[in-house]
Amino acid sequence: MKQLSVFLENSPGRLAEATRILGEAGHNMHALMVADTEDFGVARIIVNDPEGAATALKDKGISAQVHDVCAVAITDKPGELGELLDIIATRNFDISYCYCFVHPVTGGAVNVFRLDSAECIPSIVEAGYRVLELEDLNA
Amino acid sequence: MRDKKQQTMTRSELDELQAERLREICQRVYEKVPAYTKKFDELGITPDDISHVEDVIKLPFTVKNDLRAAYPYDLFAVPISEIVRVHSSSGTTGQITVVGYTAEDLDMWSSLIARALDAAGADKSDIIQVSFGYGLFTGGLGVHHGVEHMGATVIPVSGGNTKRQIQVLADFGVTGFAATPSYALLVAETAQKMGVDFDDLPLRFGIFGAEPWSENLRTQLENAFGIEAYDIYGLSEVLGPGVGFECEQHDGLHINEDHFIIEILDTETLEPVEDGEYGEVAITTLTKQGIPLLRYRTRDISRIVPGECPCGRTTRRLERITGRSDDMLIIRGVNVYPTQIEQILLDIPEAAPHYQIILTKRGSLDDVEVRVELSDEVDFDEIKSLEAITKKVSGAIASALAVSVKVKLVEPGSIERSEGKAQRVVDLRGEGSQE
Repeated sequence: MKQLSVFLENSPGRLAEATRILGEAGHNMHALMVADTEDFGVARIIVNDPEGAATALKDKGISAQVHDVCAVAITDKPGELGELLDIIATRNFDISYCYCFVHPVTGGAVNVFRLDSAECIPSIVEAGYRVLELEDLNA
Repeated sequence: MRDKKQQTMTRSELDELQAERLREICQRVYEKVPAYTKKFDELGITPDDISHVEDVIKLPFTVKNDLRAAYPYDLFAVPISEIVRVHSSSGTTGQITVVGYTAEDLDMWSSLIARALDAAGADKSDIIQVSFGYGLFTGGLGVHHGVEHMGATVIPVSGGNTKRQIQVLADFGVTGFAATPSYALLVAETAQKMGVDFDDLPLRFGIFGAEPWSENLRTQLENAFGIEAYDIYGLSEVLGPGVGFECEQHDGLHINEDHFIIEILDTETLEPVEDGEYGEVAITTLTKQGIPLLRYRTRDISRIVPGECPCGRTTRRLERITGRSDDMLIIRGVNVYPTQIEQILLDIPEAAPHYQIILTKRGSLDDVEVRVELSDEVDFDEIKSLEAITKKVSGAIASALAVSVKVKLVEPGSIERSEGKAQRVVDLRGEGSQE
Protein backbone atom coordinates (compact mmCIF):
# COMPACT_ATOMS: atom_id res chain seq x y z
CA MET A 1 0.00 0.00 0.00
CA LYS A 2 1.19 3.54 -0.68
CA GLN A 3 1.27 5.96 2.23
CA LEU A 4 1.63 9.73 2.25
CA SER A 5 4.32 11.14 4.56
CA VAL A 6 4.50 14.81 5.45
CA PHE A 7 7.50 16.50 7.07
CA LEU A 8 6.35 19.17 9.51
CA GLU A 9 8.27 21.62 11.58
CA ASN A 10 7.11 21.85 15.16
CA SER A 11 5.26 25.08 14.92
CA PRO A 12 1.67 25.91 15.79
CA GLY A 13 -0.76 25.38 12.94
CA ARG A 14 1.54 23.44 10.63
CA LEU A 15 -0.46 20.18 10.83
CA ALA A 16 -3.70 22.13 10.58
CA GLU A 17 -2.42 23.76 7.41
CA ALA A 18 -1.45 20.41 5.87
CA THR A 19 -4.78 18.78 6.65
CA ARG A 20 -6.69 21.83 5.43
CA ILE A 21 -4.86 21.66 2.08
CA LEU A 22 -5.77 17.97 1.77
CA GLY A 23 -9.38 18.71 2.66
CA GLU A 24 -9.67 21.54 0.15
CA ALA A 25 -8.19 19.29 -2.55
CA GLY A 26 -10.82 16.66 -1.75
CA HIS A 27 -8.56 14.02 -0.19
CA ASN A 28 -10.26 11.95 2.48
CA MET A 29 -8.02 10.38 5.10
CA HIS A 30 -8.47 6.84 6.33
CA ALA A 31 -5.80 7.10 9.00
CA LEU A 32 -3.30 9.57 10.38
CA MET A 33 -0.36 9.01 12.70
CA VAL A 34 2.13 11.69 13.74
CA ALA A 35 5.60 10.80 14.94
CA ASP A 36 7.06 13.66 16.88
CA THR A 37 10.54 14.68 17.91
CA GLU A 38 11.72 17.82 19.66
CA ASP A 39 12.09 19.77 16.44
CA PHE A 40 9.87 18.25 13.84
CA GLY A 41 7.17 15.71 13.19
CA VAL A 42 6.34 13.33 10.40
CA ALA A 43 2.67 12.75 9.66
CA ARG A 44 1.89 9.41 8.01
CA ILE A 45 -1.42 9.41 6.27
CA ILE A 46 -3.46 6.77 4.49
CA VAL A 47 -5.39 8.56 1.82
CA ASN A 48 -7.16 7.45 -1.38
CA ASP A 49 -4.80 9.15 -3.81
CA PRO A 50 -1.42 9.58 -2.11
CA GLU A 51 0.37 10.86 -5.23
CA GLY A 52 -2.28 13.51 -5.85
CA ALA A 53 -2.27 14.47 -2.18
CA ALA A 54 1.53 14.81 -2.20
CA THR A 55 1.34 17.08 -5.23
CA ALA A 56 -1.33 19.23 -3.60
CA LEU A 57 0.87 19.69 -0.53
CA LYS A 58 4.08 20.31 -2.46
CA ASP A 59 2.32 22.98 -4.52
CA LYS A 60 1.71 24.81 -1.24
CA GLY A 61 5.34 24.40 -0.14
CA ILE A 62 4.84 21.50 2.25
CA SER A 63 7.27 18.59 1.97
CA ALA A 64 5.41 15.40 1.12
CA GLN A 65 6.52 11.99 -0.09
CA VAL A 66 4.88 8.68 -0.93
CA HIS A 67 6.25 5.47 0.55
CA ASP A 68 5.47 1.77 0.43
CA VAL A 69 4.06 0.34 3.62
CA CYS A 70 2.51 -3.01 4.39
CA ALA A 71 -1.14 -2.92 5.52
CA VAL A 72 -2.48 -6.13 7.02
CA ALA A 73 -6.11 -6.87 7.89
CA ILE A 74 -6.70 -8.59 11.22
CA THR A 75 -9.68 -9.37 13.35
CA ASP A 76 -10.49 -6.70 15.89
CA LYS A 77 -10.04 -8.81 19.04
CA PRO A 78 -7.46 -9.28 21.84
CA GLY A 79 -4.21 -11.05 20.95
CA GLU A 80 -4.52 -10.76 17.17
CA LEU A 81 -1.79 -8.14 16.72
CA GLY A 82 0.63 -10.10 18.92
CA GLU A 83 0.27 -13.15 16.68
CA LEU A 84 0.99 -11.15 13.56
CA LEU A 85 4.02 -9.47 15.15
CA ASP A 86 5.38 -12.88 16.19
CA ILE A 87 5.34 -13.99 12.58
CA ILE A 88 7.32 -10.93 11.54
CA ALA A 89 9.74 -11.30 14.45
CA THR A 90 10.46 -14.99 13.91
CA ARG A 91 11.49 -14.23 10.37
CA ASN A 92 13.89 -11.54 11.61
CA PHE A 93 12.37 -8.57 9.86
CA ASP A 94 12.63 -5.13 11.48
CA ILE A 95 9.66 -2.86 11.94
CA SER A 96 10.46 0.87 11.74
CA TYR A 97 7.04 1.81 12.96
CA CYS A 98 3.48 0.58 12.95
CA TYR A 99 0.04 1.90 13.67
CA CYS A 100 -3.49 0.53 13.59
CA PHE A 101 -6.87 1.78 12.58
CA VAL A 102 -10.32 0.31 12.30
CA HIS A 103 -11.86 0.40 8.90
CA PRO A 104 -15.56 -0.28 8.21
CA VAL A 105 -15.02 -1.81 4.77
CA THR A 106 -12.58 -4.48 5.91
CA GLY A 107 -14.78 -5.09 8.91
CA GLY A 108 -11.87 -5.18 11.32
CA ALA A 109 -8.54 -3.62 12.20
CA VAL A 110 -5.85 -2.61 9.74
CA ASN A 111 -2.23 -2.70 10.86
CA VAL A 112 0.18 -0.58 8.89
CA PHE A 113 3.90 -1.44 9.04
CA ARG A 114 6.97 0.15 7.64
CA LEU A 115 9.27 -2.84 7.27
CA ASP A 116 12.94 -2.85 6.43
CA SER A 117 12.22 -5.20 3.56
CA ALA A 118 9.26 -6.01 1.32
CA GLU A 119 10.41 -9.65 1.36
CA CYS A 120 8.47 -10.01 4.57
CA ILE A 121 5.15 -9.70 2.79
CA PRO A 122 4.98 -13.23 1.23
CA SER A 123 5.50 -14.81 4.64
CA ILE A 124 2.64 -12.74 6.08
CA VAL A 125 0.42 -13.88 3.23
CA GLU A 126 1.54 -17.51 3.68
CA ALA A 127 0.53 -17.30 7.32
CA GLY A 128 -3.02 -16.64 6.13
CA TYR A 129 -3.26 -12.87 6.48
CA ARG A 130 -4.75 -10.52 3.94
CA VAL A 131 -2.36 -7.78 2.80
CA LEU A 132 -4.42 -4.79 1.72
CA GLU A 133 -4.11 -2.36 -1.14
CA LEU A 134 -5.69 1.10 -1.25
CA GLU A 135 -8.51 -0.18 -3.47
CA ASP A 136 -9.53 -2.53 -0.66
CA LEU A 137 -10.27 0.47 1.55
CA ASN A 138 -12.29 2.23 -1.12
CA ALA A 139 -14.47 -0.73 -2.00
CA MET B 1 45.73 41.07 -20.21
CA ARG B 2 44.20 44.52 -19.87
CA ASP B 3 46.30 47.28 -18.35
CA LYS B 4 49.25 44.93 -18.60
CA LYS B 5 51.75 47.59 -17.60
CA GLN B 6 49.92 48.33 -14.34
CA GLN B 7 49.31 44.69 -13.53
CA THR B 8 52.84 43.44 -14.15
CA MET B 9 55.02 46.16 -12.60
CA THR B 10 58.07 45.18 -10.66
CA ARG B 11 57.80 45.70 -6.92
CA SER B 12 60.11 48.70 -7.03
CA GLU B 13 58.14 50.35 -9.85
CA LEU B 14 54.96 49.75 -7.90
CA ASP B 15 56.47 51.06 -4.66
CA GLU B 16 57.43 54.24 -6.47
CA LEU B 17 53.98 54.69 -7.99
CA GLN B 18 52.23 53.96 -4.68
CA ALA B 19 54.51 56.36 -2.79
CA GLU B 20 53.84 59.16 -5.25
CA ARG B 21 50.09 58.62 -5.08
CA LEU B 22 50.14 58.23 -1.31
CA ARG B 23 51.90 61.60 -0.91
CA GLU B 24 49.29 63.23 -3.12
CA ILE B 25 46.34 61.73 -1.33
CA CYS B 26 47.69 62.61 2.12
CA GLN B 27 48.17 66.19 1.01
CA ARG B 28 44.66 66.25 -0.41
CA VAL B 29 42.78 64.81 2.57
CA TYR B 30 44.81 66.89 5.00
CA GLU B 31 43.74 70.05 3.17
CA LYS B 32 40.20 69.13 2.18
CA VAL B 33 38.75 66.83 4.82
CA PRO B 34 38.54 68.31 8.34
CA ALA B 35 38.18 64.87 9.94
CA TYR B 36 41.56 63.88 8.49
CA THR B 37 43.18 67.19 9.41
CA LYS B 38 42.14 66.45 12.96
CA LYS B 39 43.43 62.85 12.82
CA PHE B 40 46.81 64.02 11.46
CA ASP B 41 47.07 66.72 14.08
CA GLU B 42 46.24 64.29 16.87
CA LEU B 43 49.05 61.98 15.74
CA GLY B 44 51.37 64.97 15.40
CA ILE B 45 52.09 64.27 11.73
CA THR B 46 51.73 66.23 8.52
CA PRO B 47 51.66 65.01 4.92
CA ASP B 48 55.35 65.94 4.73
CA ASP B 49 56.13 62.99 6.98
CA ILE B 50 55.01 60.64 4.21
CA SER B 51 57.58 59.91 1.56
CA HIS B 52 57.72 56.11 1.08
CA VAL B 53 55.07 53.39 0.90
CA GLU B 54 56.28 52.05 4.25
CA ASP B 55 55.26 55.38 5.79
CA VAL B 56 51.64 54.30 5.43
CA ILE B 57 51.91 52.82 8.95
CA LYS B 58 52.36 56.34 10.33
CA LEU B 59 48.91 57.30 9.07
CA PRO B 60 45.72 57.26 11.09
CA PHE B 61 43.17 54.49 10.65
CA THR B 62 39.70 55.07 9.31
CA VAL B 63 36.86 53.00 10.71
CA LYS B 64 33.21 52.49 9.86
CA ASN B 65 32.23 54.88 12.65
CA ASP B 66 34.18 57.69 10.96
CA LEU B 67 31.91 57.24 7.96
CA ARG B 68 28.83 57.15 10.17
CA ALA B 69 29.93 60.32 11.95
CA ALA B 70 30.48 61.99 8.58
CA TYR B 71 26.98 61.07 7.39
CA PRO B 72 26.16 61.88 4.72
CA TYR B 73 28.87 63.93 2.97
CA ASP B 74 31.44 65.13 5.50
CA LEU B 75 34.28 62.85 4.35
CA PHE B 76 34.00 63.97 0.74
CA ALA B 77 37.23 65.58 -0.47
CA VAL B 78 35.64 67.45 -3.36
CA PRO B 79 32.69 69.87 -3.56
CA ILE B 80 29.36 68.16 -4.25
CA SER B 81 29.43 69.78 -7.69
CA GLU B 82 32.26 67.39 -8.60
CA ILE B 83 30.36 64.32 -7.37
CA VAL B 84 28.44 62.56 -10.10
CA ARG B 85 27.10 59.58 -8.21
CA VAL B 86 26.41 58.45 -4.68
CA HIS B 87 26.18 54.91 -3.35
CA SER B 88 25.70 53.66 0.13
CA SER B 89 26.67 50.63 2.12
CA SER B 90 24.09 47.92 2.34
CA GLY B 91 23.59 48.60 6.01
CA THR B 92 23.80 44.90 6.93
CA THR B 93 25.59 45.90 10.10
CA GLY B 94 23.94 49.10 11.24
CA GLN B 95 23.38 52.60 9.98
CA ILE B 96 24.06 53.13 6.30
CA THR B 97 27.09 55.05 5.16
CA VAL B 98 27.41 57.18 2.07
CA VAL B 99 30.14 57.30 -0.55
CA GLY B 100 30.51 59.70 -3.48
CA TYR B 101 32.23 59.27 -6.84
CA THR B 102 33.61 61.85 -9.25
CA ALA B 103 33.50 61.15 -12.99
CA GLU B 104 37.16 60.17 -12.75
CA ASP B 105 36.37 57.73 -9.91
CA LEU B 106 33.71 56.05 -12.01
CA ASP B 107 36.16 55.67 -14.91
CA MET B 108 38.72 54.13 -12.60
CA TRP B 109 36.13 51.80 -11.08
CA SER B 110 34.90 50.66 -14.49
CA SER B 111 38.44 49.97 -15.62
CA LEU B 112 39.05 47.78 -12.56
CA ILE B 113 35.86 45.79 -13.14
CA ALA B 114 37.02 45.36 -16.74
CA ARG B 115 40.31 43.92 -15.44
CA ALA B 116 38.33 41.39 -13.40
CA LEU B 117 36.17 40.44 -16.39
CA ASP B 118 39.27 40.15 -18.53
CA ALA B 119 40.83 37.84 -15.92
CA ALA B 120 37.72 35.67 -16.18
CA GLY B 121 38.36 35.35 -19.91
CA ALA B 122 35.75 37.86 -21.04
CA ASP B 123 36.09 40.19 -24.00
CA LYS B 124 33.93 42.46 -26.17
CA SER B 125 32.04 39.52 -27.64
CA ASP B 126 30.65 38.40 -24.28
CA ILE B 127 27.09 38.90 -23.08
CA ILE B 128 27.05 39.46 -19.35
CA GLN B 129 23.97 39.29 -17.16
CA VAL B 130 24.27 41.46 -14.07
CA SER B 131 22.05 40.06 -11.32
CA PHE B 132 23.51 42.13 -8.52
CA GLY B 133 20.94 44.57 -7.20
CA TYR B 134 20.91 47.97 -8.93
CA GLY B 135 20.52 50.99 -6.73
CA LEU B 136 22.36 52.27 -3.69
CA PHE B 137 24.21 48.94 -3.51
CA THR B 138 27.48 49.18 -5.44
CA GLY B 139 27.28 45.69 -6.98
CA GLY B 140 24.80 46.26 -9.79
CA LEU B 141 25.84 49.61 -11.24
CA GLY B 142 29.50 48.97 -10.52
CA VAL B 143 29.69 45.79 -12.56
CA HIS B 144 27.31 47.23 -15.15
CA HIS B 145 29.63 50.07 -16.09
CA GLY B 146 32.64 47.76 -16.02
CA VAL B 147 31.02 45.53 -18.63
CA GLU B 148 30.24 48.56 -20.81
CA HIS B 149 33.75 49.89 -20.30
CA MET B 150 35.13 46.65 -21.68
CA GLY B 151 32.78 46.87 -24.62
CA ALA B 152 30.94 43.65 -23.85
CA THR B 153 27.15 43.49 -23.77
CA VAL B 154 25.51 44.06 -20.41
CA ILE B 155 22.06 42.74 -19.52
CA PRO B 156 20.99 44.76 -16.49
CA VAL B 157 18.55 42.32 -14.90
CA SER B 158 19.32 43.40 -11.32
CA GLY B 159 18.31 41.11 -8.46
CA GLY B 160 14.96 39.42 -8.01
CA ASN B 161 12.31 37.93 -10.28
CA THR B 162 14.19 34.66 -10.39
CA LYS B 163 12.15 33.02 -13.13
CA ARG B 164 12.85 35.93 -15.45
CA GLN B 165 16.56 35.67 -14.55
CA ILE B 166 16.50 32.08 -15.78
CA GLN B 167 14.61 32.95 -18.93
CA VAL B 168 17.19 35.61 -19.77
CA LEU B 169 20.09 33.28 -18.97
CA ALA B 170 18.58 30.65 -21.23
CA ASP B 171 17.36 32.78 -24.14
CA PHE B 172 19.73 35.76 -24.45
CA GLY B 173 22.94 33.88 -25.26
CA VAL B 174 24.39 34.91 -21.91
CA THR B 175 28.05 33.91 -21.53
CA GLY B 176 28.78 35.44 -18.13
CA PHE B 177 26.71 35.93 -15.00
CA ALA B 178 27.39 38.24 -12.04
CA ALA B 179 25.54 37.88 -8.72
CA THR B 180 25.95 37.28 -5.03
CA PRO B 181 26.79 33.59 -4.54
CA SER B 182 23.72 33.01 -2.38
CA TYR B 183 21.44 34.46 -5.03
CA ALA B 184 23.20 32.45 -7.74
CA LEU B 185 22.41 29.35 -5.70
CA LEU B 186 18.74 30.28 -5.59
CA VAL B 187 18.77 30.82 -9.36
CA ALA B 188 20.38 27.39 -9.84
CA GLU B 189 17.87 25.72 -7.57
CA THR B 190 14.91 27.39 -9.27
CA ALA B 191 16.26 26.51 -12.72
CA GLN B 192 16.50 22.88 -11.69
CA LYS B 193 12.87 22.91 -10.57
CA MET B 194 11.88 24.48 -13.89
CA GLY B 195 13.82 21.77 -15.74
CA VAL B 196 16.28 24.25 -17.32
CA ASP B 197 19.61 22.62 -18.11
CA PHE B 198 22.52 25.05 -18.45
CA ASP B 199 24.86 22.48 -20.01
CA ASP B 200 23.70 23.21 -23.56
CA LEU B 201 23.90 26.99 -23.13
CA PRO B 202 26.84 29.25 -23.95
CA LEU B 203 27.17 30.31 -20.27
CA ARG B 204 30.88 30.07 -19.47
CA PHE B 205 31.79 32.05 -16.36
CA GLY B 206 30.32 33.59 -13.24
CA ILE B 207 31.55 36.54 -11.20
CA PHE B 208 30.42 36.18 -7.62
CA GLY B 209 31.02 38.44 -4.65
CA ALA B 210 29.68 40.89 -2.06
CA GLU B 211 29.51 38.19 0.62
CA PRO B 212 31.87 35.50 1.87
CA TRP B 213 31.43 32.07 0.27
CA SER B 214 33.11 28.71 0.54
CA GLU B 215 35.07 26.57 -1.92
CA ASN B 216 32.31 23.97 -1.79
CA LEU B 217 29.78 26.56 -2.87
CA ARG B 218 32.09 27.41 -5.76
CA THR B 219 32.06 23.76 -6.87
CA GLN B 220 28.30 23.62 -6.49
CA LEU B 221 27.77 26.77 -8.60
CA GLU B 222 30.26 25.61 -11.21
CA ASN B 223 28.45 22.28 -11.57
CA ALA B 224 24.96 23.77 -11.51
CA PHE B 225 25.64 26.32 -14.25
CA GLY B 226 28.44 24.55 -16.11
CA ILE B 227 30.72 27.55 -15.57
CA GLU B 228 34.01 28.61 -14.07
CA ALA B 229 33.31 30.73 -10.98
CA TYR B 230 35.44 33.79 -10.14
CA ASP B 231 35.47 35.65 -6.87
CA ILE B 232 35.52 39.44 -6.83
CA TYR B 233 36.35 41.57 -3.82
CA GLY B 234 35.50 45.05 -2.72
CA LEU B 235 33.46 47.05 -0.32
CA SER B 236 31.38 50.11 -0.86
CA GLU B 237 33.35 52.30 1.54
CA VAL B 238 36.50 51.76 -0.49
CA LEU B 239 35.03 51.47 -4.00
CA GLY B 240 32.62 48.57 -4.42
CA PRO B 241 33.48 45.37 -6.27
CA GLY B 242 36.78 45.55 -8.14
CA VAL B 243 39.31 46.18 -5.38
CA GLY B 244 40.54 42.67 -6.09
CA PHE B 245 39.61 39.79 -8.36
CA GLU B 246 40.52 36.21 -9.15
CA CYS B 247 42.48 35.18 -12.20
CA GLU B 248 42.27 31.75 -13.81
CA GLN B 249 44.46 30.30 -11.06
CA HIS B 250 41.72 30.85 -8.44
CA ASP B 251 44.38 31.15 -5.79
CA GLY B 252 43.63 34.45 -4.13
CA LEU B 253 42.33 37.78 -5.39
CA HIS B 254 44.75 40.09 -7.17
CA ILE B 255 44.57 43.49 -5.54
CA ASN B 256 44.69 46.44 -7.90
CA GLU B 257 47.71 47.82 -6.13
CA ASP B 258 48.14 50.76 -8.48
CA HIS B 259 44.94 52.10 -6.87
CA PHE B 260 45.02 50.63 -3.37
CA ILE B 261 47.54 49.90 -0.64
CA ILE B 262 46.57 46.79 1.19
CA GLU B 263 47.76 45.98 4.69
CA ILE B 264 47.10 42.99 6.91
CA LEU B 265 46.98 43.98 10.56
CA ASP B 266 47.32 41.93 13.70
CA THR B 267 43.80 41.96 15.13
CA GLU B 268 45.04 42.72 18.65
CA THR B 269 47.91 45.13 18.15
CA LEU B 270 46.89 46.54 14.73
CA GLU B 271 50.52 46.24 13.71
CA PRO B 272 51.13 45.00 10.16
CA VAL B 273 51.87 41.26 9.94
CA GLU B 274 54.17 39.42 7.51
CA ASP B 275 52.80 38.26 4.16
CA GLY B 276 51.15 34.90 4.71
CA GLU B 277 49.92 35.71 8.21
CA TYR B 278 46.23 36.26 8.87
CA GLY B 279 44.83 39.53 10.12
CA GLU B 280 42.39 42.33 9.43
CA VAL B 281 42.52 43.81 5.96
CA ALA B 282 43.09 47.58 5.83
CA ILE B 283 42.89 49.47 2.57
CA THR B 284 44.17 52.90 1.57
CA THR B 285 42.70 54.34 -1.60
CA LEU B 286 45.40 55.93 -3.73
CA THR B 287 43.45 57.53 -6.55
CA LYS B 288 39.91 58.08 -5.37
CA GLN B 289 38.82 61.69 -5.59
CA GLY B 290 35.33 61.69 -4.09
CA ILE B 291 36.01 60.02 -0.81
CA PRO B 292 39.62 58.97 -0.31
CA LEU B 293 40.19 56.79 2.74
CA LEU B 294 43.39 56.13 4.63
CA ARG B 295 43.93 52.70 6.16
CA TYR B 296 40.25 51.82 6.17
CA ARG B 297 39.75 48.91 8.55
CA THR B 298 37.52 46.54 6.59
CA ARG B 299 36.94 44.03 9.42
CA ASP B 300 37.55 41.37 6.77
CA ILE B 301 39.94 38.68 7.92
CA SER B 302 42.39 37.32 5.38
CA ARG B 303 46.05 37.11 4.47
CA ILE B 304 48.33 37.76 1.54
CA VAL B 305 48.94 34.61 -0.48
CA PRO B 306 52.73 34.28 -0.51
CA GLY B 307 54.65 33.88 -3.74
CA GLU B 308 54.12 34.85 -7.34
CA CYS B 309 51.06 33.99 -9.36
CA PRO B 310 51.69 31.93 -12.53
CA CYS B 311 49.22 34.18 -14.39
CA GLY B 312 51.91 36.82 -14.80
CA ARG B 313 50.27 39.54 -12.71
CA THR B 314 52.69 40.85 -10.12
CA THR B 315 50.02 42.33 -7.89
CA ARG B 316 49.76 40.69 -4.50
CA ARG B 317 46.87 38.33 -3.85
CA LEU B 318 44.44 38.43 -0.97
CA GLU B 319 43.21 35.03 0.10
CA ARG B 320 39.45 34.60 -0.33
CA ILE B 321 37.65 36.19 2.56
CA THR B 322 36.57 33.58 5.07
CA GLY B 323 34.51 36.07 6.95
CA ARG B 324 34.18 39.52 8.26
CA SER B 325 35.14 39.95 11.89
CA ASP B 326 31.52 41.14 12.46
CA ASP B 327 30.30 37.73 11.24
CA MET B 328 32.70 35.79 13.39
CA LEU B 329 30.97 33.82 16.08
CA ILE B 330 32.72 32.95 19.26
CA ILE B 331 31.18 29.67 20.31
CA ARG B 332 32.48 28.72 23.73
CA GLY B 333 35.84 30.25 22.97
CA VAL B 334 36.17 28.95 19.42
CA ASN B 335 36.08 31.36 16.50
CA VAL B 336 33.69 30.20 13.81
CA TYR B 337 32.72 31.82 10.53
CA PRO B 338 29.41 31.01 8.86
CA THR B 339 31.29 30.03 5.68
CA GLN B 340 33.02 27.24 7.58
CA ILE B 341 29.63 25.78 8.41
CA GLU B 342 28.57 26.22 4.79
CA GLN B 343 31.67 24.33 3.65
CA ILE B 344 30.72 21.40 5.92
CA LEU B 345 27.06 21.33 4.92
CA LEU B 346 27.89 21.23 1.23
CA ASP B 347 29.74 17.96 1.83
CA ILE B 348 26.62 16.37 3.27
CA PRO B 349 24.22 15.40 0.48
CA GLU B 350 21.24 14.95 2.82
CA ALA B 351 21.42 18.63 3.77
CA ALA B 352 20.42 21.33 1.30
CA PRO B 353 22.97 24.17 1.02
CA HIS B 354 20.63 26.53 2.84
CA TYR B 355 21.31 27.20 6.46
CA GLN B 356 20.88 29.72 9.17
CA ILE B 357 22.69 30.13 12.44
CA ILE B 358 20.51 31.20 15.32
CA LEU B 359 22.15 32.69 18.38
CA THR B 360 20.24 32.74 21.63
CA LYS B 361 21.19 33.16 25.21
CA ARG B 362 20.62 30.52 27.85
CA GLY B 363 21.61 31.96 31.18
CA SER B 364 25.06 33.39 30.61
CA LEU B 365 25.89 30.97 27.81
CA ASP B 366 25.44 31.59 24.13
CA ASP B 367 23.42 28.88 22.50
CA VAL B 368 24.02 28.14 18.85
CA GLU B 369 21.51 26.40 16.70
CA VAL B 370 22.24 25.57 13.09
CA ARG B 371 19.09 25.24 11.06
CA VAL B 372 19.62 23.03 8.09
CA GLU B 373 17.20 22.38 5.31
CA LEU B 374 16.53 18.81 4.48
CA SER B 375 17.41 17.96 0.90
CA ASP B 376 14.46 17.11 -1.35
CA GLU B 377 16.12 13.76 -2.03
CA VAL B 378 15.96 12.49 1.54
CA ASP B 379 13.42 9.82 2.53
CA PHE B 380 12.08 11.51 5.66
CA ASP B 381 9.46 8.92 6.54
CA GLU B 382 11.62 7.23 9.13
CA ILE B 383 12.60 9.26 12.18
CA LYS B 384 15.77 7.23 12.59
CA SER B 385 17.07 8.38 9.21
CA LEU B 386 16.34 12.01 10.12
CA GLU B 387 18.10 11.61 13.44
CA ALA B 388 21.04 10.06 11.62
CA ILE B 389 21.28 13.22 9.45
CA THR B 390 21.16 15.48 12.50
CA LYS B 391 23.95 13.44 14.08
CA LYS B 392 25.96 13.44 10.88
CA VAL B 393 25.79 17.24 10.60
CA SER B 394 26.56 17.96 14.24
CA GLY B 395 29.32 15.34 14.16
CA ALA B 396 30.90 16.91 11.08
CA ILE B 397 30.75 20.38 12.66
CA ALA B 398 32.18 19.05 15.92
CA SER B 399 35.08 17.30 14.25
CA ALA B 400 35.94 20.13 11.86
CA LEU B 401 35.45 23.11 14.15
CA ALA B 402 35.70 21.60 17.62
CA VAL B 403 32.42 23.11 18.76
CA SER B 404 29.17 21.45 19.57
CA VAL B 405 26.09 23.04 18.13
CA LYS B 406 22.48 22.02 18.08
CA VAL B 407 21.37 21.01 14.63
CA LYS B 408 17.76 21.44 13.70
CA LEU B 409 16.38 20.02 10.49
CA VAL B 410 13.83 22.24 8.85
CA GLU B 411 11.50 21.82 5.90
CA PRO B 412 12.98 22.12 2.42
CA GLY B 413 12.45 25.66 1.15
CA SER B 414 11.69 27.09 4.60
CA ILE B 415 14.84 29.16 5.05
CA GLU B 416 14.29 32.51 3.44
CA ARG B 417 16.06 32.84 0.08
CA SER B 418 17.85 36.09 -0.47
CA GLU B 419 17.92 37.98 -3.72
CA GLY B 420 20.92 39.93 -2.54
CA LYS B 421 23.11 39.22 0.45
CA ALA B 422 21.98 36.23 2.47
CA GLN B 423 21.31 36.59 6.17
CA ARG B 424 23.19 33.62 7.59
CA VAL B 425 23.24 34.60 11.23
CA VAL B 426 20.19 35.55 13.26
CA ASP B 427 21.17 36.99 16.59
CA LEU B 428 18.37 36.80 19.12
CA ARG B 429 20.61 37.32 22.13
CA GLY B 430 19.44 40.87 22.60
CA GLU B 431 15.78 39.82 22.84
CA GLY B 432 15.73 38.81 26.46
CA SER B 433 16.64 35.51 27.93
CA GLN B 434 15.19 32.47 26.25
CA GLU B 435 15.50 29.80 28.85
